Amino acid sequence: MHAPTNTFGERVSVAILDKRLQAALDHASGGFLKKRAALVDALPEFEALRERARDIKDHVLANLDTYLERYEAEVKRRGGHVHWAATAEDAREIILEICRKANAKTITKGKSMVSEEIGLNDALEAAGHEVIETDLGEYIIQLAKEPPSHIIVPAVHKTKAQVGELFELHHRPLGYTKHLTEVSEMVNEARQVLRGHYFRADVGITGGNFLVAETGSSIIVTNEGNGDLTQSLARVHIVTSGIERVVPTLDDATTFLRLLARSATGQETETYTTLSTGPRRADDLDGPEEYHVVLVDNGRSKMLGGAFREMLRCIRCGACLNHCPVYTSIGGHAYGWVYPGPMGSVLTPLINGIDKAYDLPNACTLNGRCQSVCPVKIPLPGLLREIRRQQFEQGITPGVIRVALEAWALLAKRAGLYHLAMRIGIPLLSRWGRKRGRLSWLPLAGGWTDTRDLPAPQGQTFQQAWKSRRKAGR
Amino acid sequence: MSTSARDTVLAQIRQSLGRTAAAPLQPLAGSGPRPAYDGDVVEHFVAKMREKAATVETLDVLDDVGPAVQRYLTQIQVPLRVRIAGALRDLHWPGDLQVELGAARREDLSSVTPCFAALAESGGIATLSGPDTPSTLNFVPDNHIVIVHSAQVQRHLEDVWALWRATGRPMPRTLNIISGPSRTADIEQTIQLGAHGPRRLHILLIRS
Repeated sequence: MHAPTNTFGERVSVAILDKRLQAALDHASGGFLKKRAALVDALPEFEALRERARDIKDHVLANLDTYLERYEAEVKRRGGHVHWAATAEDAREIILEICRKANAKTITKGKSMVSEEIGLNDALEAAGHEVIETDLGEYIIQLAKEPPSHIIVPAVHKTKAQVGELFELHHRPLGYTKHLTEVSEMVNEARQVLRGHYFRADVGITGGNFLVAETGSSIIVTNEGNGDLTQSLARVHIVTSGIERVVPTLDDATTFLRLLARSATGQETETYTTLSTGPRRADDLDGPEEYHVVLVDNGRSKMLGGAFREMLRCIRCGACLNHCPVYTSIGGHAYGWVYPGPMGSVLTPLINGIDKAYDLPNACTLNGRCQSVCPVKIPLPGLLREIRRQQFEQGITPGVIRVALEAWALLAKRAGLYHLAMRIGIPLLSRWGRKRGRLSWLPLAGGWTDTRDLPAPQGQTFQQAWKSRRKAGR
Repeated sequence: MSTSARDTVLAQIRQSLGRTAAAPLQPLAGSGPRPAYDGDVVEHFVAKMREKAATVETLDVLDDVGPAVQRYLTQIQVPLRVRIAGALRDLHWPGDLQVELGAARREDLSSVTPCFAALAESGGIATLSGPDTPSTLNFVPDNHIVIVHSAQVQRHLEDVWALWRATGRPMPRTLNIISGPSRTADIEQTIQLGAHGPRRLHILLIRS
């Protein structure tokens, strides 16, 4: 996956002016919000489920070593293999080795954000394997050679017409020559094309929404059934999952299943909930001969120790993206890496370095909608603010902003000085903007006034206005 | 390599948790809330499955399954050929129906399977994989027909887990909970049935 870079501003400018992207984003965002809200309203237990989910996650994180060891023991007992990967590179190496040993030509993949995080597809293709994404959204962006722009609906930025063009280009050599205009035709054509791949695949790779310590099972949820065809028709099944995804029991997993579908796609449940536990048994007629789980750390065990442990509760539902005014204006690609939106603005700097993604935690209005919809109650605005604080402390914050923040802090921490400055500044600004009631230019504030006016103050400071109201006895 | 990576990861986890070895585990008290709902679980199950675009036909006895399968295939206009789970081999199948056993093959259009349990809460059927219940029958054919006995319907998902624990058997290779036909909304959020898995899920509910 592309290394994150500090090019957020440029990417945003491109995204804002991209008419097709803006149309796709407008079309998508309303639907998700409405469907989720209707289901949450219909479930009086929703809030209690969120609290329970938070408690389970906190309990697991405080005992993560124990639960991972229990989970590992159960997987082994059922004939599966568990591999531990400290870094993204370790994870790629482990998976490449499994594929090499399996003599894999064709590899089918179900949707997995961890595999995006570790840059798996590029590594597999570089080693000569044919990799086919089977989730329709992932398949579309694989054809387009683009990263996902949403963690649940990866092709949310593509219009129907664009998908039609992609299919025409890529399916023509396979004998599909019709130009498609209807969604039903496109879904059907993808179904036909992917069928062949499922049956040819040597290795099937899926993610793992939850890992159950009680039974050694990995759980995935899909609507398409692609994950099931991927894992049951290949000779080898590899699960990639973050170490934080373990839950103690099936009952605990149930709490998360009730929250996940409602929060992610606005469904009561996804169509397929699948538990996978080990390879095919001796007398089974189908299923993979080998079952491997790759537990990916990649910075998570360090995150556990600091101010960001709560971020490890994340179940990757995408509700924070759908409710974020920034994400819904710029789409996922502007964020520059695999995790966009509020959760991505926390995770990307934490995984890749807070100096490598300066803009992300700062591109937030701290409106708090993400936190209010998060099914595991992650205090996202607080975490973003903490990254800002650390950036400032470590001297990553750029010079002009630093000086401005320091000047502001100097004032804000001294009440007398602050009041004096306000008593001088407010009337000055008020007089300056009196004619139009607003200011279209301010020294050092071009970033604001270049694109919009600042309302002019009415003349008094808040303190003065407060005092005069009290005197007037109101 | 994997042994040392294992040690590295576990050591870093323990360092972050401020200890050097595993600590005694106090299991989390209490249990997750279960969505409350009134009324008959079987009726709830039927309503929820229909909500999720499955079709449900009620039968009086298990012997009615064969003719019901034949009627259904005729109605949806597909060949009278089904692949059935081995567990159903002793059912009475009409002579007009071509019946084959085993795991699904690419050319299979229709399958018939039993289920381990059914879930009323959100609508779903739960299947366990095994030699007599190959899981590919749930995913490869276009038309998946499932036999559900009304006594199998459970109120909450926790009840399905309890039922499995009560069998005393180890977890099979795969346990599937299926809530309707395959679907996708990946192109412009337009819901389209039959993405990769079955286009139709038909439930034969036996009231006994």
